[in-house]
Amino acid sequence: MKVLVTVKEVARVADDFEIEGTEVGEQYREYDLNEWDDYAIEAAVQLAEAGEDVEVVTATIGPERSEETIRMALAKGADRAIRVWDDALEDVETLDVGAKAEILAGVVEAEEPDLVLSGVQAEDDAFGGTGVALAERVGYGWAAVVNDLDLEPGGDVASVRRELEGGVEELTDVELPAVLTIQTGINEPRYASLRGIRQAQSKELDVQTLADLGIDAAAADSRIDVTEMFVPETESDAELFEGDAGESAAKLAGVLRDKGVSAE
Amino acid sequence: MSDVLAVAEHRRGDLRDVSLELLTAGRELADQTGGDLHAAVIGGAVDEFAEKLDREGVDRVLAVDEGEEFNHDVSLQSVEQLAAAVDPAVVLTPNSVNGLDYAPALAESLDLPYVSDAVELSIDGDELTAEREMYGSKVATTCSVDASDGVVATIRSGEWPTAEGTGDAEIESFDVEIDDSRVFSSVRGFEEVGGGDVDISEADVLVSVGRGIEEEENIDLIRDLADALDATLSASRPIVDNGWLPKNRQVGQSGKVVTPDVYIAIGISGAVQHVAGMKGSDTIVAINTDPNAPIFDIADYGIVDDLFDVVPALIEEFEG
Ligand SMILES: Cc1cc2nc3c(=O)[nH]c(=O)nc-3n(C[C@H](O)[C@H](O)[C@H](O)COP(=O)(O)OP(=O)(O)OC[C@H]3O[C@@H](n4cnc5c(N)ncnc54)[C@H](O)[C@@H]3O)c2cc1C
Repeated sequence: MKVLVTVKEVARVADDFEIEGTEVGEQYREYDLNEWDDYAIEAAVQLAEAGEDVEVVTATIGPERSEETIRMALAKGADRAIRVWDDALEDVETLDVGAKAEILAGVVEAEEPDLVLSGVQAEDDAFGGTGVALAERVGYGWAAVVNDLDLEPGGDVASVRRELEGGVEELTDVELPAVLTIQTGINEPRYASLRGIRQAQSKELDVQTLADLGIDAAAADSRIDVTEMFVPETESDAELFEGDAGESAAKLAGVLRDKGVSAE
Repeated sequence: MSDVLAVAEHRRGDLRDVSLELLTAGRELADQTGGDLHAAVIGGAVDEFAEKLDREGVDRVLAVDEGEEFNHDVSLQSVEQLAAAVDPAVVLTPNSVNGLDYAPALAESLDLPYVSDAVELSIDGDELTAEREMYGSKVATTCSVDASDGVVATIRSGEWPTAEGTGDAEIESFDVEIDDSRVFSSVRGFEEVGGGDVDISEADVLVSVGRGIEEEENIDLIRDLADALDATLSASRPIVDNGWLPKNRQVGQSGKVVTPDVYIAIGISGAVQHVAGMKGSDTIVAINTDPNAPIFDIADYGIVDDLFDVVPALIEEFEG
């Protein structure tokens, strides 16, 4: 069985930052593995550990910098990695869901995995659509926002729980091959061990261009452009208590007492 | 191609509120395109839902009598066929968990751009403009979307008012043909989770802890504060994901919706899915080191400082 995990390197914004044009200034961005993908990697590695013959491959659309993140996934137990990058992607600011699905479909067609695991959403652009769009594109079944996965290695149906709003879970069976978008909390992602980190250095990290995957360069043409970026307007003006921690705590305590909060 | 198709959502016998918000968003867009607003509902008590969707501004309601509960394969095929009949400029769905489960596939299958979680939408000719947030709501963006062939857009709940009044829409049943070879999933049932020792939605005062607490053992500090204030302890999702507190303590979209008199958010950034569960609180207090944390946007009172300094001082104030 082959499990493909889509892995995204996301940007996090520092506490204090400045917007430059339609981007957060590069110096205020820190890059890391997308939180949701971390759980997807763990789910795949757990399947590999439970089964005889499960290969875990990761797929990333990203520049060379993202190899640090990919090595992290390899250190956690993925067997090998594919990174897709292309000159055509170099200057694209927003890669929309359709473009991502088209590119990742090239990887799926080359690899023919039985199962694709992707995160529910990416922390940075938060489109939340890539996994499901990919499934439709490649003709796989799917389930979104999965917080429990029951799959016999070699089986052909994934029994999942989908976490709906308000503490309700849906129990669903999905035929393989399938794409599942993984929700946080489904497992406890492991830390990469030192041994894992060492081993990751020698694992295969294959770089593919769009042409290598038989994808037209036009795939990079996003149908969504970010035209403005700004700090959202606040809906209310919070009263901020100033001073050192003792002073601000005292002021807050006053307000809380006025609101009727007190020890018994 | 100037009409708008809004696909409602229901679960376990109830039309979800966001469906009525969707109608408001849809009417606004239809006013801009000069087209009609078509509301559609798939499955369940379709006739009853169709009546409820007949609000002011709705021109036509299409009821698709397929299945009891949401199945994304059926919804996908149904909306494909609805879109073929209506030829909409925009297809709208909620950015709900079920929206996440089929709207991206719909965009893909119709070969249309997909823009999710919009908080504002407008359309002018071939260009749809959407406002949406990035980086956990720390920044907002305006996006320009190529709408020349149509667009699939999902809306954030709570951003548009619900459509009111009774309309005079034509209510029609709409037959679809479901190709079973494209049905890959089946829903076996539902389960409520998160019962247990307390019901945080009953509490008057909630002390809520987020990822800023860093370590499991530090939760004790927040527990001490809750004791000192005679409050109930709740949390954001990562705390529950880590297994540091049980699921019944989680506030948010996938946890509990709470409306206490006072909600104290400690080391919580204020991601939209968290805010969805607590924005109805009477008084919101935030303690966070990051002055740009979105939680301050909805807070009434705030302290921009380290929780490890402020919380002990606050406990001291009350225990004296
Ligand atoms: C479908 C779906 C459903 C979801 N449902 C929920 C839900 O029900 N509930 C929920 O909460 N989330 C939910 N989420 C997750 C949500 O998107 C966020 O990931 C989550 O709310 C973040 O939690 P947080 O604020 O505790 O952590 P973070 O966003 O990491 O914020 C931590 C905050 O702590 C501050 N901080 C750090 N150190 C300190 C310090 N020493 N003193 C003071 N402040 C400090 C930081 O500045 C930061 O603002 C859901 C997500 C999805 C996709």
